[in-house]
Amino acid sequence: MTAPPAAAEVVDELVPGPTAAEQRADKRVLRRRATLPYLLLAPGIIWLVVFFIVPMWSIVSTSVETGDMDTGFVLSWRWANFGDVWSQWHQQIIRSLEYSVMCTVFCLILALPLAYFIAFKAGRWKNLLMALVVAPFFTSYLIRTLAWKTILADDGWVVHTMNTLHITPLLSGMGWTYSSNSVLQTPFSVVCGMVYNFLPFTVLPIYTAMEKIDPRLHEAGQDLYASAWATFRKVTFPLALPGIVGGTLLTFIPAVGDYTNAVMLGGPKTKVIGTVIEQQMIGTGGNIPYGAALSVMLMVGTLVITLAYIKKAGTEEIV
Amino acid sequence: MAVINWFRKHVIAIVAFLIFFFLLVPNFVVVWMSFNKPSGKYNVKWEKFSFDAWKNPLDDGILHDPLMLSLEIALLATLVATILGTMIAFAIVRHKFKGRGFVNSVLFLPMAAPEIVMGTTLLALFLNTFGVDFLGFKSILIAHIMFCVSYVVITVKSRLNGMDPMLEKAAQDLYATPWQTFWRVTFPLVAPGIGAAALLSFALSFDDFIITEMTAGNSVTFPYWIWNAVQKGIPPQVNVIGSLMLIITLAGIAVAEVPKWLKTSKAH
Repeated sequence: MTAPPAAAEVVDELVPGPTAAEQRADKRVLRRRATLPYLLLAPGIIWLVVFFIVPMWSIVSTSVETGDMDTGFVLSWRWANFGDVWSQWHQQIIRSLEYSVMCTVFCLILALPLAYFIAFKAGRWKNLLMALVVAPFFTSYLIRTLAWKTILADDGWVVHTMNTLHITPLLSGMGWTYSSNSVLQTPFSVVCGMVYNFLPFTVLPIYTAMEKIDPRLHEAGQDLYASAWATFRKVTFPLALPGIVGGTLLTFIPAVGDYTNAVMLGGPKTKVIGTVIEQQMIGTGGNIPYGAALSVMLMVGTLVITLAYIKKAGTEEIV
Repeated sequence: MAVINWFRKHVIAIVAFLIFFFLLVPNFVVVWMSFNKPSGKYNVKWEKFSFDAWKNPLDDGILHDPLMLSLEIALLATLVATILGTMIAFAIVRHKFKGRGFVNSVLFLPMAAPEIVMGTTLLALFLNTFGVDFLGFKSILIAHIMFCVSYVVITVKSRLNGMDPMLEKAAQDLYATPWQTFWRVTFPLVAPGIGAAALLSFALSFDDFIITEMTAGNSVTFPYWIWNAVQKGIPPQVNVIGSLMLIITLAGIAVAEVPKWLKTSKAH
């Protein structure tokens, strides 16, 4: 006599389990689910790797080539190219750093109150004001930068007002302009144009971070008799910090390489490293390895800063 | 005292207003200068009111080719970057996978890198692998798709994050296939985000100068044309095109925002 089948087996017999074919189909679905994210990621990520990461090797190998425009350039692993470009253009490198530090500081000074106002005080005008901050993205930035030439012209009302208030002599005393009644073609006009062009990049991440802050935290601060300034310093600022760091990075790093403002609003004395690279790579300079070496220096510098930031803050906040 | 108190209360609003003035005043200068009749080649000084530039915005065709090239590249770059970026955004928000950190870094770096670095690295790659003849339409397009993808990802991602995942679960409970759920529920909800991402890509591509200059070879896009023109003299037509871009943008903002105000003002 055989033992009666266990209850589970009876159920198994009554409710037919998945057939072999169905099991295979299930496995296929599961496998598809596991590969689906990679299929979605692959085309875009491959594009970025091939046209963003791989070219970095290309520029490094170009930076150690020798030769000239007529005979062509050959890879000779001449690392001394880096020493050459530093001794020739360290002034421009340092100047670019100075301009972008100034630009970042002024952008932060302007972006904090602007983002604060839009995030907390603008009410239903919030979206409209944010749209106006981003609107410059949608009209040509070279044309708008050119407009600064009209605004800051020698006989324009801005310079006139600055002269009347004795601001121009003050600026020239600080070395930001060269004469006491003109501002174009000076570090002042270049940094002014840079601040104008990069401000939206500073405002956006700061606004995004501030918008997430619960307004009840401000009320709590006030209930605890903190002044508006103390509430900002102890509550808003620390909570907005990821956005502030992100905004600083998104402003400073692109600003180091920018040369459009230095060329359009500056003069011979405001030449920055971007201009030198442009001239060497595609212009009258004609020494592609030198241009490449300068670009590698810029790339390594910014990459170190960015990776340090990613390691500390992660990218989830921004990307 | 009353004045000081009023000032103290509204100091942030006043400061914000001044910063907005700083941000928007060049746009109005562009519009204003488009009505200028320049006496010399350089159109940076007000001379005399004139409609000439508006009557003839393409200036006998010299602006036509660069403008068309920029439009063509911007449309194609937008199409490809939007598709690639949207797929990545879905993968990041809706799936767990290994290598997330790598993917995030690869997406973040192009936004943080100086444009001149991206331009020169691509130029070096194209020169080393394909030679100088490759530079032109194809190389510009490749570059533009590359730098637009990250911006598409953040824009679509924020829309996806703001969406209730329960809506998709509900569709599945009602026996919708994954395909039906996607096309009937997910896609319509994400579409405004994808639209915004496409607009941003178009603007970024149409306006890019530094990366384009490096990868363009002998091709001349609209910003590249302005760049060259600045050295030789600027026709007022450039300001007409800048004004038209501003008007289109403001009209777009109005179309997107006005219905929302009407709704909220009724609610108040």
